Amino acid sequence: MVPVRSVSITPSSLAPIDFPWIIEHKEERCTLCGQCTAVCPKGAIVLAHMRKRVPKLDVFQKKRGNDYRTFTGIRQETDPAKLCIGCGMCSMVCPNDAITPHPGTNENRTVFFNNRKGEPLKRGGRRNNPGATLLDQIMFDRISMLTDPALDAGRHEFTVTTSLGRVLSPEDFLDRTINGGWIPPTREIFPFIIGSMSFGALSPNMWLGLLQGVAYCNEVLGIPVVMCTGEGGCPPWILRSPYLKYIILQIASGYFGWDEIIRAIPEMQCQPAAIEIKYGQGAKPGDGGLLMWYKVSKLIARLRGVPEGVDLPSPPVHQTLYSIEESVMKMIQTLSTAFDHKVPVYPKISASTSAKSVLNNLVRNPYAAGLMIDGIDGGTGAAYNVSMEATGHPIASCVRDCYLDLAAQGKQNEIPIFAAGGIGKNGNVAQNGMAMVMLGASGVHIGKYIMQAVAGCLGNEMNRCNVCNLGICPKGITSQNPKLYRRLDPDMVAERVAETFMSINTEIKKIMAPLGRSQSLPVGMSDAIGIGNQAAADRLKIKYVC
Amino acid sequence: MCRLALKTANEPFSPYEVLTAMEAMQEGYDGSGLGLLLRGMEFEDFKYNPRFPILSGIAHTEKAWHRVTDYMDDRGYELKYDHRFHMEDGHIEAEERYRYFLRAYRMPVRFRDESDDVREAEMLKTRLALRNLATEEDKVAVFSFFPDVAMIKEVGWPLQIGNGLCLHDGQIKSRVCMAQGRQNTNYGINLYACHPFFIQGISTMTNGENTAFVPIRDWLVGKDIPGYTGYQSDSEVFTHILHYTLKKLNLPLQAYKHIITPLSTKELSEHPQGEFLTGLRQVCRRLIIDGPNAIIGTLPDESCMLVMDQKKLRPATVGGRDGAWAIASEICGVQAMVPDRDPSLDFQPMREHTVIIPPERKELEIWSQYDPFPLPLAA
Repeated sequence: MVPVRSVSITPSSLAPIDFPWIIEHKEERCTLCGQCTAVCPKGAIVLAHMRKRVPKLDVFQKKRGNDYRTFTGIRQETDPAKLCIGCGMCSMVCPNDAITPHPGTNENRTVFFNNRKGEPLKRGGRRNNPGATLLDQIMFDRISMLTDPALDAGRHEFTVTTSLGRVLSPEDFLDRTINGGWIPPTREIFPFIIGSMSFGALSPNMWLGLLQGVAYCNEVLGIPVVMCTGEGGCPPWILRSPYLKYIILQIASGYFGWDEIIRAIPEMQCQPAAIEIKYGQGAKPGDGGLLMWYKVSKLIARLRGVPEGVDLPSPPVHQTLYSIEESVMKMIQTLSTAFDHKVPVYPKISASTSAKSVLNNLVRNPYAAGLMIDGIDGGTGAAYNVSMEATGHPIASCVRDCYLDLAAQGKQNEIPIFAAGGIGKNGNVAQNGMAMVMLGASGVHIGKYIMQAVAGCLGNEMNRCNVCNLGICPKGITSQNPKLYRRLDPDMVAERVAETFMSINTEIKKIMAPLGRSQSLPVGMSDAIGIGNQAAADRLKIKYVC
Repeated sequence: MCRLALKTANEPFSPYEVLTAMEAMQEGYDGSGLGLLLRGMEFEDFKYNPRFPILSGIAHTEKAWHRVTDYMDDRGYELKYDHRFHMEDGHIEAEERYRYFLRAYRMPVRFRDESDDVREAEMLKTRLALRNLATEEDKVAVFSFFPDVAMIKEVGWPLQIGNGLCLHDGQIKSRVCMAQGRQNTNYGINLYACHPFFIQGISTMTNGENTAFVPIRDWLVGKDIPGYTGYQSDSEVFTHILHYTLKKLNLPLQAYKHIITPLSTKELSEHPQGEFLTGLRQVCRRLIIDGPNAIIGTLPDESCMLVMDQKKLRPATVGGRDGAWAIASEICGVQAMVPDRDPSLDFQPMREHTVIIPPERKELEIWSQYDPFPLPLAA
């Protein structure tokens, strides 16, 4: 049967109410300046010409009729390719408060069409799982009220740093000190680490603003913050600068940026903070990096040693070796050797039910400097939607299991576990991070929180924005387009980095002081935490409180 | 806050003297318990050979008592002396105390030519085995089993317990006596929770609260070292850390303070052995204590020690004269124990100090963490 095309629709024709974000435009306030349509990263709004009817009454002739006039206004596109992402840039630039996006209250029907051309949805951002996280629910409840004079978070001295690197047992340390053996390198760092976001995923202004802020934290504020590069290396001048000591260089399955790094080794003024070998990522287990062609600018192509404007999907696994155990062992040893055994080298894996097996491999590997576990709530610059939403393992129980496993062997001081994935997702960054510390993490990596706190990333768990992969970041955080990233002032990013870490530093003390702790970071102090959820309490082996 | 008193003197004295000093500091405890450790023993009715290990404890029932004595017989220990306390009724509140015991044994013949390490390991093993003899109905508590050391622990007011056991009768004397009057804190009234704590001749007691207790306990338990069990009190880990420092790491006593309250990174960077001590802090990070604590201890050679927490959140004073010294959580305690001293020479250690009263009891040794560390390997 031949369809009768009485109405011009296609299967993917939708009305504005079917969209996740609906533009509300107030015609009476709009001066048609055009700033909103110019700034919209998706082209979701257009200046439309419309016709309206005006009643016409000729009293003398006793005739009623109509007149028609045209007018212009802002309208939302209904093509799913141009759906509004709710970033709100239009209302940010509107001088007259005439336009703003609202979350749609109807079901979001665009999800049925995000696979057009047979390509499943890829996006950046987060898991889109709103609401309080398990970490948000953890309370620090062992308040020292009976025998302790209260500690003063503002005036007493606190030691809040943590150790990154393999730590020997006291017996081995003394033995090697006496007999001249190798003592593995360690770094004394702030327990909140800027997680791996690559030079490529982030714009140059964002990345350099972060580094500038990190240097300020270290050199002026005395807070030893470090940041991880992610896959993709870093600019050659940084490799040869004294700032390298604040940087954890990541190597991942694409080895992007490592030509530059290897070339720079003889000229390095200082050692990097550490080397992170990425085997997995919490947001997209089973996937490698996915830098899309839009973001492979001339600079990025140069750093990564690839042609400009091509997709850069890293393979999901390191292809060079036979098994993960062998891969982990050989890569760690190789990289440790490359840096003269003076730089801690540790793997990063996706949180998983098999994390304990990896950990136990590392326990037996004398070169392994720690384990970084990334949970399902982690963020990413680009991934398949299905990976982000449904693949992975929450971080809390994974880290807890690993910690208890180490503790049972008396090795919890030897292999530090770092946790990532959803720390500070709802803004409670110090609370979330310290809860992870008391569950057994030696420190946490924060990525999305940093983007939100220091650069005003607009993404949220309601699928707002989340277009980091397309290079159209309206704040210029994840774009390689100079027109966009010039919106971001690196000096202001650096200032926000300093403010953020000063605040985290104070909040850590505010958490530790009532617990009567000031001498060392309370790693594994599980008696200090409780949760009002019996099942979670049982699973995490902490107190149920109500 | 618990009250602590330690007296060490060349001339053996009655533990009742120390209990009297506890009375001087009585505002500080609520009568929830007393712990006493005596070292350098002298019994009125027995010429004690200081090589004989003394078993100290309480059998709550007759059945439990027989279980203890049978076990010791079976293991080959020969009873040399069985101290019987002259009990006075009406003082001790606790019920179901069939027998307080202090029994000196000769070790089985097979240990005669063994090294001290082997003998000490055997005594530790025996003590732990005896602890495990306890059942729900027939409880038994064993506090120490070591040469020249006796321990008494009981729930109640210190002086009343002393009166109940007639400690004033001069039957038992010692050259070192340490006592704690307990204020019940977070961990319930339990005989094993009374300080001092003891392992292989090393004993400490503390006033305060160790807020880092759980991570330290977890690490010590993970080491799987015999005797690192119990932990009815958060202060027991202080004893085990001292034991670990001296017996397992074979480090000098100065290392103890560097392990439990290490210097800051900045201070270590200026320390002559900063590199070694930074490494030591790193590898012993899980043994860093926290909270307000004054730790008083004694060692098998009869030396006594006092250290403070890193912020000196607890008071403690040491004072005395040639031949007799006292350490107490309050000055009035020192005054009660050694009144004939020059009080202007009393010393209140600061956060970096370790105070030692050496076995010869001539004068105090005061070590600072800023001093060079006395170990060749640290050079």
